[in-house]
Amino acid sequence: MSVKQTARIISTYAGDTSGVASALFELGGMTVMHDASGCNSTYNTHDEPRWYDTDSLVFISALTETEAILGDDEKLIGDCVRTAKELHPAFVAVAGTPIPMMTGVDFAAVAARIEEETGIPSFGFPTDGMHSYISGAGMALEALARRMVRDPSKKTAALTVNLLGLTPLDFSVNGTPGAMKAALAARGIEVLSCFAMDSTLAEIERAGEAHVSLVVSGAGFGAARVLGERFGIPWVAGTPCGPMFTDRIARAVREAAETGGNLAPLLPDPGTADAKGVIVGEGVTAASLASALTDAGSPCRAVSAVDTDGVLLSGGIPCAVDEDDLMPLLSGAEVMIADPLYRPICPPGTRFVPLPHEGFSGRLFRRDIPRLVTDFDSFRKENRL
Amino acid sequence: MNGTETVRGLRRLGGSPVMREVRAKDADPSNLFDTGLEYSAPARGTWNIVHTGMLIPEAHEIFVCAQGCLRGVVLTAAEMGTSDRFSTVAVRENNVTDGDLEDLLVEGVTDILEKLPALPPAVLVYTSCIHHFMGADLDHMYRELRERFPTVAFTDCYMNPIMRKSGLTPDQLMRRQLYSLLKERPKDPGKVLVTGNDFASDDGGNIPALLRAGGKTLCEIPRTRTWEEYLALAEASVCVTNQPAAVPAGKLLAEKHGMKHLCLPFSFGYDEIEANLDALSDAMGIPRPDCGEKIARCEEALDRAKRTIGDAPVEIDYTAFSRPLSLALLLLRHGFRVERVYLDGVSGEERGDLDALAAEFPDLKLSPTVHPVMRVTGRTREEKTLAVGQKAAYFASTPYFVNIVENGGFTGFDAVTGLAALMEEAWLEEKDTRSLIGIKGMGCGACL
Repeated sequence: MSVKQTARIISTYAGDTSGVASALFELGGMTVMHDASGCNSTYNTHDEPRWYDTDSLVFISALTETEAILGDDEKLIGDCVRTAKELHPAFVAVAGTPIPMMTGVDFAAVAARIEEETGIPSFGFPTDGMHSYISGAGMALEALARRMVRDPSKKTAALTVNLLGLTPLDFSVNGTPGAMKAALAARGIEVLSCFAMDSTLAEIERAGEAHVSLVVSGAGFGAARVLGERFGIPWVAGTPCGPMFTDRIARAVREAAETGGNLAPLLPDPGTADAKGVIVGEGVTAASLASALTDAGSPCRAVSAVDTDGVLLSGGIPCAVDEDDLMPLLSGAEVMIADPLYRPICPPGTRFVPLPHEGFSGRLFRRDIPRLVTDFDSFRKENRL
Repeated sequence: MNGTETVRGLRRLGGSPVMREVRAKDADPSNLFDTGLEYSAPARGTWNIVHTGMLIPEAHEIFVCAQGCLRGVVLTAAEMGTSDRFSTVAVRENNVTDGDLEDLLVEGVTDILEKLPALPPAVLVYTSCIHHFMGADLDHMYRELRERFPTVAFTDCYMNPIMRKSGLTPDQLMRRQLYSLLKERPKDPGKVLVTGNDFASDDGGNIPALLRAGGKTLCEIPRTRTWEEYLALAEASVCVTNQPAAVPAGKLLAEKHGMKHLCLPFSFGYDEIEANLDALSDAMGIPRPDCGEKIARCEEALDRAKRTIGDAPVEIDYTAFSRPLSLALLLLRHGFRVERVYLDGVSGEERGDLDALAAEFPDLKLSPTVHPVMRVTGRTREEKTLAVGQKAAYFASTPYFVNIVENGGFTGFDAVTGLAALMEEAWLEEKDTRSLIGIKGMGCGACL
């Protein structure tokens, strides 16, 4: 048997259930993880830097063995309804974990029942704890785009974008949304909404008025496609990162607005396939950093270590989730840029450059997470890249 | 909710005065609060199954679970600086649909062990809810692993919180499995194994002092530093448990190793503490201690603390001590103004304490920690408030708190004198509540 699912020493990315909660955290809803115990403390200890200071509603259902065996979804529905009636969230989201997946809980039906009994918009997400946060956050943001964004009466007069895929799991809480807005504003592009940090639900409801979707992490692709289907909004994939690459993104946004075509400026040039610098992390952010470093004269390639959209895969960005899959992709690299918890598998002779990532190492290195939108040059110089 | 206020958007703390509470006189110990969805307050000092498993020296932990479940335990190990003793095997959807959980575990564990720099003497393999629901053949898996690695001692551990209300809880199972790797040894009638505690008993505490005075040897897992020292625990002739979660471990040691199991529940009640010390003395054939002097010291310590703290409100939570109601009763009887105790249920050991509180202090308020309303409850206090325990500190939003979990190594009257001193200290010196209570597994050497 070929085993590709072991991690001798490296960490694990945040799971899809956490991704749902993280994506919806700031919007005034109530997220319920249908789980026995553990998901909530894991989420609020390692995956949610906003937990201590704010009182966003994220709970577990406290599923028991008996309820799972009996398929007692009524207990889940009743508990959600009772709490929603007491706390009045703007919406209710119910997300799955491994056992509900095994017992076949119909989360769409659960959500429909909750909505029927409370009158509060409700969502069901068939997460199962077996995928990364990108998958869960992607589902949640896609649902917002499908359900909460209103039909626009007109487009904004100014060139506007929605930033899709913003969660602390990829961008921590170091002011990245504001920095992205400023970087784009300096290039004549306004941000209408951020899915889903630093924006209110009311701002997200207006997302249909934007001209372009800017996918800043893999979690944004689903929402981008829905906004495309519903309102004809094209998307651009790329994370603003340093002045040169942000210029490229801005040009792509203008082009997309004019042509209506989707663009992915983060995809590597064929000439960088053998680059000696390797960045391991979330696909869109890693590929964007690779492009930015390549633009700056340090050719790099990216490896996605989480759920990876087909756009990236077909664009030449490999996906390697397990240690066994990852190791061959590191072979021969002169520099490995990755979260510090990857350091133990850095090949001998390869220089390791730490780039802490909340989605991988949680809060361990939070204070060292750079805000690459503005700190790209200093990151590059400090690490001799 | 107070009727008109609603929760919309992200709010700062402290806006709402909501609080779930019941008075001691009205409390139904078998149904303290309405149950349903659960909240998790950001107080992380209690230990989890990773911390506890690491108490076995030189052992390696391997968790076999879904990614979402692995996340918390992987980072627990990373934060305590033991990633080199920790590995994972991720269970994926194809393993569930293909039904190859046994192969995945055996081959995954094999793969990991073959990659380690050296084989550890012991491996703790943690299976999950998925294995339980799929009916995975655990016996087969462990048999196969033992055949492949005959020099390694494997034991079965569990991360299956879905079973927390079906038989032994994961916490009880973990504390029991800590002793499952002991092998038969000749018994030493002078050795006593204090069992199932995460913290070593305080050397100045009553049980260590009593045993020392009687010429006996106290041993316990937190004091072991090598695999051989761990194995030597089996030489004890008596094992002592003092918290409910440890009782199954005591039973295992009695059944498998013939130790005499003494269940001596931790308490703040003088009579109960004295009875415990007498029972241990009798079992070991040593003179019973004179508790009069110890009680006098307790009274002095409490008087001193009361003079310092005065009539300030005190709030207590169950994570600090396994007997929060016993503690509340002690403090109230000594004039402290205990306002509130946070707990989600009443253990069998505490029923008598609740009855006494209901009779003597009927208006004492009891509040839950996991009820959803506690997420939005008001966390400001009008007066300077002293908290005992991390959750109480969080809910009262106070920097004046006793930072302690799981009885903190106290064993008898020393808990009274020790806590009184800690309360004084806490009252006089502010702490950084947010930083301290966020550290997982108090005392485990977090890298934060």
